[in-house]
Amino acid sequence: MSAASLTLFVLLSPFIAAALAPLATRLMGYRAAWLLALIPAGIFVYFARLSSGVSGGGTVTQGYDWIPSLGLRFSWLIDGLSLSFALLISGIGALIVLYAGGYLKGNAQQGRFFAYILLFMGSMLGVVVSDGLFTLFVFWELTSITSFLLIGFEHERAAARRAAFQALVVTGGGGLSLLAGLLLIWNVTGISDLSGLLAAGEVVRAAPLYPVMLILILGGAFTKSAQFPFHFWLPNAMEAPTPVSAYLHSATMVKAGVYLLMRLFPVMGGTVLWETVLPLFGAATLLFGAVLAVRHVDLKMMLAYTTMASLGLLVMLTGFGTERAIDAAVLYLVAHALFKGALFMVSGIIDHETGTRNLTKLGGLRSAMPLTFAIAMAAALSMGGFIPFLGFVAKEEIYAALAQGDAALLAACLVAVLGNALMFAVAFAVALKPFWGETLETPKHAHEAPVLLWLGPAVMSLAGLLAALFAPSFHAAISSPMASAIAGEARVIDLLPLPHWGLPLALSLLTVAIGIAFYVGLASLRAAVTRLLDAIGWGPDRGFDQTIAGLVRFATAVTRSLQPGRLDSYMTVTFVLVALVLLLPPVVYGELARAPFFPAHIPWHELAILLLAAVGLPAVIFAKDRLTAIVSLGIQGFSVAMIFLLYGAPDLAFTQFMVETLSVVILTLVMTRLRLSPSDKRPLVQVLPDAAIAIACGLGVMLFLMKVTEVPFDSTLSDFFEQFSKPLAHGANIVNVIIVDFRGTDTLGEIAVVMIAALSILSLIRVRAGGLRQAEDPAEETPAQGGRR
Amino acid sequence: MMEPVLAILTGLFFAAAVYLMLSKFIIRVLLGVAILGNAVNLLIFTNGRLLREVPPVLAAGLDVPAGPVANPLPQALILTAIVISFSFFAFLLVLSWRAYEGLGTDNTDRMRVAEPEDAPLPPEGY
Repeated sequence: MSAASLTLFVLLSPFIAAALAPLATRLMGYRAAWLLALIPAGIFVYFARLSSGVSGGGTVTQGYDWIPSLGLRFSWLIDGLSLSFALLISGIGALIVLYAGGYLKGNAQQGRFFAYILLFMGSMLGVVVSDGLFTLFVFWELTSITSFLLIGFEHERAAARRAAFQALVVTGGGGLSLLAGLLLIWNVTGISDLSGLLAAGEVVRAAPLYPVMLILILGGAFTKSAQFPFHFWLPNAMEAPTPVSAYLHSATMVKAGVYLLMRLFPVMGGTVLWETVLPLFGAATLLFGAVLAVRHVDLKMMLAYTTMASLGLLVMLTGFGTERAIDAAVLYLVAHALFKGALFMVSGIIDHETGTRNLTKLGGLRSAMPLTFAIAMAAALSMGGFIPFLGFVAKEEIYAALAQGDAALLAACLVAVLGNALMFAVAFAVALKPFWGETLETPKHAHEAPVLLWLGPAVMSLAGLLAALFAPSFHAAISSPMASAIAGEARVIDLLPLPHWGLPLALSLLTVAIGIAFYVGLASLRAAVTRLLDAIGWGPDRGFDQTIAGLVRFATAVTRSLQPGRLDSYMTVTFVLVALVLLLPPVVYGELARAPFFPAHIPWHELAILLLAAVGLPAVIFAKDRLTAIVSLGIQGFSVAMIFLLYGAPDLAFTQFMVETLSVVILTLVMTRLRLSPSDKRPLVQVLPDAAIAIACGLGVMLFLMKVTEVPFDSTLSDFFEQFSKPLAHGANIVNVIIVDFRGTDTLGEIAVVMIAALSILSLIRVRAGGLRQAEDPAEETPAQGGRR
Repeated sequence: MMEPVLAILTGLFFAAAVYLMLSKFIIRVLLGVAILGNAVNLLIFTNGRLLREVPPVLAAGLDVPAGPVANPLPQALILTAIVISFSFFAFLLVLSWRAYEGLGTDNTDRMRVAEPEDAPLPPEGY
């Protein structure tokens, strides 16, 4: 198997596993998790083996042609950035599958859940390894769709449906913005893959449309990564089962936007616009997220808002784009994925084992759940930035990057200190408060979680510790190649989890001090934030509901104005358009018919028949009683038959005679039964526009027909039928031969239409007459009137 | 060269059909549909050019027509069209009859079973 096809198989394997997951779960129950986790674990091993080649700065670019005519390829680019992401996705993915095995044990829909989560994993892997811009977009949208499915997993609950819909609208809308941005980049540069684009950054940044491209791309990245003011879908997404929150909505999917920004940093970064917009939105998101986090008492909601804050921090760092800021972003991204995923899983364990996630109802769990407590503390120590965890290394680098610059960086530094302090308080509120203090009564009797539940967070917390303890190997394998790929030049990170005397350490200590203060005063802080939010009263979450409701009302209004339910308005629109189509183009393009040659002499009998036909028409229109109307209709019909007879179409004439006779007979029957008055009751204000439309249509057809008949006739088809009617089909009547032989299948279709019409007529006649009226008023049911049976 | 004359006649047919179909009264719409069928047939017929009194039928013993004959192609099309428009007309006629019986009106403005005037707003929420 070649390297390319092996990688393709690896990338496709989650999708294959997703197809088989329901079957495996039906056969093995929750134990299928052990089997299914082997797929992401295998992917992890595969990518880990690529690591040695990529960490030196090499890239793997392979793929297949997708749409060769457009130059689009299904190809992948594996460098330090995509490899680190792929390792996070597959590694955490394996742990999440195990965790979901324990968390949803006994759920009848567990197979479906495994399928969705594996589908998501495949899509997310596709996002980070895609080389083609448009394969990236397709996978990007797939992650939105799988996120929708996972948030709405418990679709019996309206809140879950709303959250799923909201996430899909926000991230899907952002996806469209991303698509527009990618198309624009493709249009301007002619490049449709990232590997080519990375070398063409100058062209993109110098393009006049660069601001538009950047804003469109940011529209995709900011919605996906829950940046203010598009953040509101992320907390609502906590309606999903906890494995989803841990995996999609903290460790991986929400980082897709950050990934995109990092990926495009060498292409679009470093401009004034980039260095203004990203830090501003990032800082706002960091601050809002951190402040909103302390307002909640639900463990998952607190974690969700800190995730939002962390994403803001990452966007802010990517925005500044200095070398140390990129280093800091890389370290913090990995650290965050590990500690936040672990904390989410811990909150899920607490929920699972005690029956509540309400912070105020939890306490003293340390004796019942010592292992979970240890895991939670390890994660929280990393999140709080304590030695010797990865979080400490990341935080040192963040402060080092921000504290040595101009006013903007210093302002960002203050925001970071405040945000980190708030997150510190939340981290320990989640990890310490439920376990400490006096034991509180919980809905379920608390006991230690089974291995499937604690294994994932344990591994992730431990990884956050080991990555820092063995920092040189970690940097060599993950952070240095990742930072190099983002910066577009070789970077070496060599930070050890040791205190470095200086400003960063001082800021770290300050953060911890403020954080402890916040932790102690959490209840009053919460009350203050709640009062503030109540005073504001409105937020984008409510705005979303108002927008959707407004959209529904707007659509209803548009539909009602376009479809008022009145036949004559539909007819009016239709015929006005017909008249315009017939009259406008010839006038605009000067294609009107020339003055026609009227024949000098028309035989008197022909003239008589034509006049008769012409007289029949107004007779129908102006008929005062129904018999006149029917007879007049007959006049024009029989005149048409005569015209057919005059110009060599006896078959048509006979058919027309028969049909007109039948029409008149049937019409007489129905009209006398109906007691319908055929006379017109239109007021004059309606007659005039109607007449104008009718005359315009007639004029249009007339001019069109004159124009058509003045150009030479192409008789190829007619000649063919005349030539071969006898030799091939052995028929002398050429019209008949066309109908039954040359175009026999058409005639079969025609007969079918006639038969269907006849059957419909029959059933209409037989249906109970009361049926229709019943729909109007059930009380008014009358015996069938006039229905033949 | 009768084509321009028939073009005028066809235009008249269309105008009459459209005027009738713009009415609010179902039976006049139907009369319009009937005339529209003839109008379209005349349009196709005249498009194929006119030739007097030579039906496209081969004389005995001939394999191809001896001289020019009327164009057989539009005739074949129209033959199909006549039959279809007749069945369509008959169907519409019976449909209007049943609608009149069921709804008690021949005014299309008041035939509102499918699109009721005071239909409720679509539900809001999720």
